[in-house]
Amino acid sequence: MAKIKMTPSQKRQAIWGWAFILPTMLGLIVLNYYPAINTVYQSLCKTGDFGKGNIFVGLNNYKAVLGSGEMWQSLWNTVKYAIIEVPLGIVIALVLAVLLQNKLAGKTIFRTLFFLPMVCAPAAVAMVWKWLYNQQFGLLNNIFHTNVAWISDPRIAWISVGIIGVWSIIGYNMVLFIGGLQEIPKDYYEAAQIDGASGIRQFFSITVPLLSPTTFFIVQTRIIGALTVFDLMFMVMDKTNLALNKTQSIVYLFYTYAFTNGNRGYGAAIVMVLVVFIMIVTFFLQKLEKKIVFYN
Amino acid sequence: MDSISTRNKVNKIITYLVLIIFSIIMLVPFVWMILTALKTNQEAISVDPFFIFPHNGWHFENFATVWKSYNFVTLYKNTILFIIFRVICACLTATMAGYAFGRLEFPGKKLMFSLVLIQMMIPAQIFVIPQYLMVSKLHLLNTTAGLVFPGLVTAFGTYLLKTGYQSLPKDLEEAAAIDGCNIGQTFLFIMLPLTRSSMVSLGIFTALFAFKDLMWPMIVCTNASTTTLSAGLAKMQGQYGSDYPAMMASAVLAIVPMIVIYIIFQKQFVEGIATSGGKL
Repeated sequence: MAKIKMTPSQKRQAIWGWAFILPTMLGLIVLNYYPAINTVYQSLCKTGDFGKGNIFVGLNNYKAVLGSGEMWQSLWNTVKYAIIEVPLGIVIALVLAVLLQNKLAGKTIFRTLFFLPMVCAPAAVAMVWKWLYNQQFGLLNNIFHTNVAWISDPRIAWISVGIIGVWSIIGYNMVLFIGGLQEIPKDYYEAAQIDGASGIRQFFSITVPLLSPTTFFIVQTRIIGALTVFDLMFMVMDKTNLALNKTQSIVYLFYTYAFTNGNRGYGAAIVMVLVVFIMIVTFFLQKLEKKIVFYN
Repeated sequence: MDSISTRNKVNKIITYLVLIIFSIIMLVPFVWMILTALKTNQEAISVDPFFIFPHNGWHFENFATVWKSYNFVTLYKNTILFIIFRVICACLTATMAGYAFGRLEFPGKKLMFSLVLIQMMIPAQIFVIPQYLMVSKLHLLNTTAGLVFPGLVTAFGTYLLKTGYQSLPKDLEEAAAIDGCNIGQTFLFIMLPLTRSSMVSLGIFTALFAFKDLMWPMIVCTNASTTTLSAGLAKMQGQYGSDYPAMMASAVLAIVPMIVIYIIFQKQFVEGIATSGGKL
């Protein structure tokens, strides 16, 4: 490598610069990049007895994972969860954010309330909802005089879990929307008002296009967040729940195999399927971004 | 004129109506959690829709019972230590790296920063098995160090702080250099204090993330005496899932501290999440 002549000032910057990034870079390599590669390697190995020693088995784990109906079912459960959580969580949050743009009494109180689930441990949130959903003694069946098996009927359990997800995420999406709304210049609305555009018209002609970068950001982070959901399913669905295999997410399945059963090779292969799936989704989202997002 | 003001009034009423309905939906689980926590199990499982409040007195002793039997003192202590160390590590490493990436020129900077960005795009689940094996080999299972381990550095925080440092005015370094500061002094005494708001955002984000994390504490801290509130709740539910008032009292105890902190530092929380936009 050719020696690059540096001035003393450049040299000083180079030394300080590297000294400052060194802890972070070392950490990223040891804690993230090495593990990522190691997971790929483990996915090609069979975990030895008592979790000791790896035996290279080539693509056997992948054959097993891709041939397992359980894995595809879990992936499909995860997608179904995302189909509920992402659109509902975003649309409701947008409506609330827009409403909170108005001059209102108690604005901060509403905002505080909607954001509340975000500061609660999902484990606690899931416990409460599980209790609300309880078929015999739960509040929901009590109030509505129904006898719905909210979380143990395989046909509806995925919806019930999705609702908890929506309830939990509304406040977070809303706060991001409020941030995005504040960046839209007020004069657009004033001009529209002079032209006699109604509130609804203003919403669709000004707010929606100018908010699209924020919306897209939320859509993207929420899709990935929903595809890696774990806590809700883990806490709400008992191991004996008949609806478990129709609701458990792919990360839940990964946890079960890698840590409950100690079959790390198989678990690693499940993670790889998830990673590839998320990469494909991200790729299409990027394509979509160029088409529909309006950058000022 | 008259029709416009009626229309405005109707709009306002609809706005309030929607907001109030959603407020109720947001509140019901919390209210029900607290009310159940104050009942006896007999009352909790009574199937009467109008049985909202406890009849035979409010059983505040439920809290004292679970406090003792589930060892909440230890759970709080573990969780607080876990959060404090995560926040210190994240802020320390990220502010240094963020400053270097945002304000200094050095060979390899682009390549290194792309490593930071790529990390943010990889799903974190891919790191978990090897991280667990490392913690296990280092004999850090069931320790605070093991809990903190994956959060020693943060790519997201580095990115956040880099943006913070970049947004500071250009001539700060020059002025500092004229005053005879070296790069380290410039960073420590001039630049660092100016990025306080980014640091607060990162701190809140890191604390919330740690507080809410369930899978990692369950993996590395299998002992009830070493685990965090979140993972502790999971354990309790597995063991005593049908004692509903006890479960709800535990859930209340687990979330109340963070809710109190949130209500006090509300502005910082909301702004921190809005500006960092991190994925929680």
